[in-house]
Amino acid sequence: MMTCSAIDSQVTSDNLVEFSRVDFSYDRRPILQGMDMNFPRGKVIAIMGGSGTGKTTLLRLIGGQLKPDRGEVRVDSHPIHAMSHAQLYATRRKMGMLFQFGALFTDLSVFDNVAFPLREHTKLPESMIRDLVLMKLHAVGLRGAHALKPAELSGGMARRVALARAIALDPMLIMYDEPFTGLDPISVGIIGNLIRRLNDALGATSIVVTHDVQESMKIVDYLYFLSGGRVVAQGTPKEVVESTEPFVHQFVHGEADGPVPFHYAAPGYGEDLGIHR
Amino acid sequence: MFGTLSGGLRLVGRRTINAVWRMGAATRFMGLVLLRSGLSLRRFHLTIDELHFAGVLSLIIIIVSGLFVGLVLGLQGYETLKRYGSAEAVGTLVALALVRELGPVVAALLFASRAGSAMTAELGIMKSTEQLSAMEMMAVDPFARVISPMFWGGFLSMPLLAAIFSVMGIFGGYLITVVIIGVDAGAFWSQMQSNVDLRNDIVNGVIKTIVFGAAVTAIALFEGYDAPPTAEGVSHAVTRTVVTSALAVLALDFVLTAFMFTGV
Repeated sequence: MMTCSAIDSQVTSDNLVEFSRVDFSYDRRPILQGMDMNFPRGKVIAIMGGSGTGKTTLLRLIGGQLKPDRGEVRVDSHPIHAMSHAQLYATRRKMGMLFQFGALFTDLSVFDNVAFPLREHTKLPESMIRDLVLMKLHAVGLRGAHALKPAELSGGMARRVALARAIALDPMLIMYDEPFTGLDPISVGIIGNLIRRLNDALGATSIVVTHDVQESMKIVDYLYFLSGGRVVAQGTPKEVVESTEPFVHQFVHGEADGPVPFHYAAPGYGEDLGIHR
Repeated sequence: MFGTLSGGLRLVGRRTINAVWRMGAATRFMGLVLLRSGLSLRRFHLTIDELHFAGVLSLIIIIVSGLFVGLVLGLQGYETLKRYGSAEAVGTLVALALVRELGPVVAALLFASRAGSAMTAELGIMKSTEQLSAMEMMAVDPFARVISPMFWGGFLSMPLLAAIFSVMGIFGGYLITVVIIGVDAGAFWSQMQSNVDLRNDIVNGVIKTIVFGAAVTAIALFEGYDAPPTAEGVSHAVTRTVVTSALAVLALDFVLTAFMFTGV
């Protein structure tokens, strides 16, 4: 397994999110096993791996929507699953999450979607909310679209609006669930740029769950690779590109066969076709 | 033989466990709805919005159906009572039938089809498009912000809709028997006034509408919240809402009628 000394030295000193020996299963099907991960403050960190490897589960564990079977998930040094309802909600106010398809409220306009967390959690006058919403929309380049409804937006625009909503309360942690899925190359570039720029401007920490190797390499500080519910590799983008580790090599170069086999487990081909008995 | 028997037993066992699990989940769901109802009252405009959605938008179907039920009831009642020389009692018949039974039951069935199915679909789609999860992650409790106001909106609108249904039905009965057929208006209203009792008929009818409103709204919301997050899952949940609500309303009506009007 690759390691990164720069990150490792920060891991022990200043992590915003820490996983220690976390096990998690759905209906007795193990998803995560003995997961140890650290997410240092101020960094953009990608979590990569094939479908069904538990990447989104990680985000839900961090957000306290799921509880680990064993081990501990700490956010800002506090175990998230041991918090009371009020403490959990207070912690979530410092988090922003971008869902895979935006999860915008379809009955509200773009403006009202971004204003939603501000109206729910602050008692700011409407004039100030208007200014804040327009500033957030300006940051994602969609100030001019504030009166539109979500149904009138393209996939990329919807995700940018959802990003503006996620950063409405200036969170310390921003989580992205497959932010590049289903977008055209221009939108992918825009979203990638925004992830990096907003993270640095807000002084936040970003966790990006993604399959997009090329775009991630451009914007992240560190990558974790998951397979079979475990971290199988980790490192900086440079280390990852140069890696000879078979799984990382297959994933980064998009090879059809390798440690992740092309064929689903099956009896012998000849046997199935009735050639060899 | 043994294999078939054990397979059958396993199926019964699985369905029983599933039914018990769903009952537990529904009870927990309703517990949370009631527990988080504070916001629905503090920010009453949320409940008003839902009252508009479940109540005002159901008005057309309730008014039109009430009118037609009243017209038919008046016509059938008149034809039957005429044979016994008591056609003037048609006002009493129409009013009692509507206030005691038809108003609460038919309004609840229409409410389940119009508002209940819409509530299930809205909640199911909110769940499948991760809007409820997004709300949770924004530290906004979906039970407090969305589901409880929906429940109280449905709960409050049902008795009002049933009352409007009954009033429209009585108006329909009046229209067909007094205005068109020519039954004496004074007899129509005075017989109704003297034979419909506030406590035994109207209050009991209102109690029914309250029970039906709570049952239909709870079923609709639970089915939406529990729907698998797929198009097929939401569609099945909507069907289940209409079917379960209809059966629940009819069963509850029998039980309530047995207690209220027959002294069981």
